Amino acid sequence: MKHWLLALCLMVLPVQAEEIVSGVSQSGVSITTSFDGASILVYGAALRDAPAPTWPLMEVIITVEGPSTPLVIRKKDHVAGIWLNRGSVKITAAPSFYAVASTKAMGDILLPAEDEKYHITIPQTINAAAAPSADQAPYIEALQRIRRASGSFVLAPDSVLLLRQALFRTDISLPANLVEGPYKVRIFLTRGGQVVDMQESQIDVQKAGVERALYKLAMEQPLVYGLLSLLMAMVAGWGAQELFKRLRI
Amino acid sequence: MQLYLPIAEVSVNAFVLLGLGGLIGFLSGMFGVGGGFLITPLLMMIGVPPGVAVATGANQVVASSISGALAQFKRRAVDLPMGAVLTGGGLAGSTLGGYVFDLMSRLGQTDLFVQLSYVLFLGLIGTMMLTESINSLRRTGKAQVRRSHVHSWVHRMPFKMKFRASGLYISVIPPLLVGAAVGFLSAIMGVGGGFVMVPAMIYLLGMPTKVVVGTSLFQITFVTGYTTLVHAVTHHTVDMMLALLLIIGGVIGAQIGARVGVRLKAEQLRILLSILVLAVAVKIGFDLLLTPAELFSVTRVAS
Repeated sequence: MKHWLLALCLMVLPVQAEEIVSGVSQSGVSITTSFDGASILVYGAALRDAPAPTWPLMEVIITVEGPSTPLVIRKKDHVAGIWLNRGSVKITAAPSFYAVASTKAMGDILLPAEDEKYHITIPQTINAAAAPSADQAPYIEALQRIRRASGSFVLAPDSVLLLRQALFRTDISLPANLVEGPYKVRIFLTRGGQVVDMQESQIDVQKAGVERALYKLAMEQPLVYGLLSLLMAMVAGWGAQELFKRLRI
Repeated sequence: MQLYLPIAEVSVNAFVLLGLGGLIGFLSGMFGVGGGFLITPLLMMIGVPPGVAVATGANQVVASSISGALAQFKRRAVDLPMGAVLTGGGLAGSTLGGYVFDLMSRLGQTDLFVQLSYVLFLGLIGTMMLTESINSLRRTGKAQVRRSHVHSWVHRMPFKMKFRASGLYISVIPPLLVGAAVGFLSAIMGVGGGFVMVPAMIYLLGMPTKVVVGTSLFQITFVTGYTTLVHAVTHHTVDMMLALLLIIGGVIGAQIGARVGVRLKAEQLRILLSILVLAVAVKIGFDLLLTPAELFSVTRVAS
């Protein structure tokens, strides 16, 4: 009964100001030749004008979102004895990487209405671009299943460490098969499923060194790149022949 | 040691690539084939996207065929006019193959198309080689009859041309068609096509064996080089980093393979090669027939 009353008071009173101060361990990730994934640390604290309310408890959700790309999801069917692609669904934009880390299970700390508003959970980030019809649902589910298996979609409840209802931190690991571009980091504070504050920052993921040079050349000067590939193949093929001939003598 | 491939955009173990290149080089040195038919499926198996596997496979074949072509050229075992005609056909076939590849990827059937081509061609060629070499093993000891002049439909076509090194006076249409077929395969399968061209040159065109290998290597070098360029310019799918590692492994493997190959009998080599070709065809065939673990697939499309 007491709790119920307190909840009522909280709903009537204006939501108390709680502001996020946060940092990310690095502002950029360089994809070099030896790149094998990266780990980023997101940390921060809740700043308050007044003591924190004791109930409902503050929860933290942290998301990292890679650049969105258009996708085609295809389904194989058994046709005349062999398996071939039949049905397909186009997605105008789905994040190439998406991680959700939180203090508790998402269902317990975020109301569906708030999720819809901020596009926080994985299905919401995909639905944000294209509302699925009933027959598209299995395709959207398959996309999530495949991306979760490959480590491109990460669901990590209970992975945000929250100290004294104020300090929080989490580690998010980025897989090796990263797409270049800006990665959006969002931090949400929730109370009773409602978003109290949100903060957004950015990490730039870029190919560096040889990777960058080769990629740029392949995209911007494809003919030069192609000729260079041929030259390399010819020199290597011919050079090895000559080298082994000398070694034999 | 993990290595990030800039075009394929996957991270793979560098030693796996060197080993793969070495293995293919060993086999290609031993059997005298380019090895493209092995490299493309193997790259796909380790997670390289099919488009990159086909284009980079073609680039690797350039390296493995050029040294052979140069060596044969010094030995005067290349029929240059024949090589030029075959290359002309090959360039046309490769261009057509590129269009068909584009069409298939728009229809979402790239995988099926590549897989079916592999099953069909490798199955056919493998079976032919196996039966042929088993028959010739049985025949050893008996007198072999070689017909030097076979007058078939090949000799009744117009646009005849003299091919001095091959001792042939035939129409340019059959070699153009053979070249085109091989160029087509090169574009869609990422292979050199020696396994199709060598039998076609012997049985269809009636070329003498001494110029067959050199002339086919000559054509393969040019056509796979052209295929590499076409893929690089239109699809941006040639991964130089990947190609470099495969080539380094490949050229070393090829030299070792060539030395092992010398110790084996030609018939034994051909039986082994045909078994290898059939094994690849059967493996890919099973992938089409067996229920896949995951029915769905996700493809990134260009915006």
